[in-house]
Amino acid sequence: MKTPLIEFRNVTKSFGEYTVLNEANLQIYENEISTIIGKSGTGKSVLLKHIIGLLAPEEGNIFFKGESVNEMSRKEWDKCRMQISYMFQNNALFDSMTVFENIAFPLSQTTSLNINEIEKKVLSRIDQMDLSDVVNKYPSELSGGMQKRVALARALITDPAIVLFDEPTTGQDPVRKNVILSMIARYKKQFGFTAVLISHDIPDIFYISDRILILWEGKLDFQGSFEELTKIDHPMMREFKDSIAELSDELTGNISREMFRLRYAV
Amino acid sequence: MKLINNLGSSVIFFVSAFLKIFRPKQIREIVQQVFFIGAKSSNIVMLIGLFTGMVLGLQLFYTLKKFGSEGFLGSVIALTLIRELGPVLTAIMITARAGSAMTAEIGILRISEQIDALYTMRIDPIRYLISPRIAAAIISFPLLTAFFDLIGILGGYLTGVVLLGVNKGAYFYRIDAYVDMTDIRGGFIKSLVFAVLVSTICCYEGYFTHLRTGSYGAKSVGISTTSAVVLSCIMILISDYVITSFLM
Repeated sequence: MKTPLIEFRNVTKSFGEYTVLNEANLQIYENEISTIIGKSGTGKSVLLKHIIGLLAPEEGNIFFKGESVNEMSRKEWDKCRMQISYMFQNNALFDSMTVFENIAFPLSQTTSLNINEIEKKVLSRIDQMDLSDVVNKYPSELSGGMQKRVALARALITDPAIVLFDEPTTGQDPVRKNVILSMIARYKKQFGFTAVLISHDIPDIFYISDRILILWEGKLDFQGSFEELTKIDHPMMREFKDSIAELSDELTGNISREMFRLRYAV
Repeated sequence: MKLINNLGSSVIFFVSAFLKIFRPKQIREIVQQVFFIGAKSSNIVMLIGLFTGMVLGLQLFYTLKKFGSEGFLGSVIALTLIRELGPVLTAIMITARAGSAMTAEIGILRISEQIDALYTMRIDPIRYLISPRIAAAIISFPLLTAFFDLIGILGGYLTGVVLLGVNKGAYFYRIDAYVDMTDIRGGFIKSLVFAVLVSTICCYEGYFTHLRTGSYGAKSVGISTTSAVVLSCIMILISDYVITSFLM
């Protein structure tokens, strides 16, 4: 049996009286794109923050390549973190730095690359993200979608082995959303990286995901492939289908639930 | 209990930040902070120094005149400034100008998850944000205090000698005769202690602004900033008394 790259065993986390994660068990495998879906406010970002160590579980254990994070020395944990990059839901761009400086910052602080090498790498990423017109602008001068792409460029600039994306396509137009999703899929193919995504872009996100995880009432209620997901009747998917089908019927009367099921294969 | 907790964690916070001053890639950040805390505060510090010296010149002239000792004006102004008012007023001015900005800036970085972003990039936030500020304060406070003292003595000269007619030679001769290195050293020890206190309090309040109970977001940053300034001023005055007791 494959050892998970990242594993949660009975992880519990509460904020005051509200239990966000309730003995959650999760497995993330190497070289796979794993997508966590769930309703807003169910603790998806909290889950992701536990992976990178921004939050610590109250109970339970987190394992990295089979080793308990709790038992790791600071040096060992830093070595693990070296491979991980994180893209924040609200972008967390450095607001007193320009777009260029934001993207170059991880390289200038954590690598020994010289200025020319950094500039070359950053400009190539800026070009790829379609940000060439805003290189010298500050985050507050950009639209939400652009800020998201800057955050994405910054997360990928160090060529990490594991990338945690917290809603990478939120606020993007359909074209750019597809560009970002296809870029994640292409990266995985090219470099074999491991991606953990949080997304609400159902069903688009299913096309690039190797595994889908549903966070439901504090637990990972489902973990498996898209094909496996279509075979079960999960309340989250049921609610989703109902909401879309009802909306379409009300607006146009054209799309029935059956047609929707055929179109999106859910 | 909470007070002891805070005291303990702020000491650990300072020691951890101080040790990280000597890590690589710090020079640029420290220079930037010296510019912000030191160079940019110099105008206001010198202005306050000038008027403090001028008002001391006026007040002390009339007091000393009652004892027929106006010839001692220079030495009294210099000793007052070097031993007491220079370090204290400089520290309070820097707290108001740069300390409040430190707390607000770090607090905003915290609530907008920029400090978390540093952590995820494996950039130690204490090393990157706090250590340069503490180093810059330790460099800037004594320098600005020296400026304050000099300009203050000049201010005293303007009112005492130029306006009120005290003998110019006596003014400077008495300074030379009565001010010794012990006085100057004492003033600098105070300014170094104030630098550590102000920078630690202001950075600590900003860094842990998210742990403040009962207020969130921008309001929390505002309260942290106010609290940092008030606490710094109180600590300056308390520590001034304690250091003076030891130095006397």
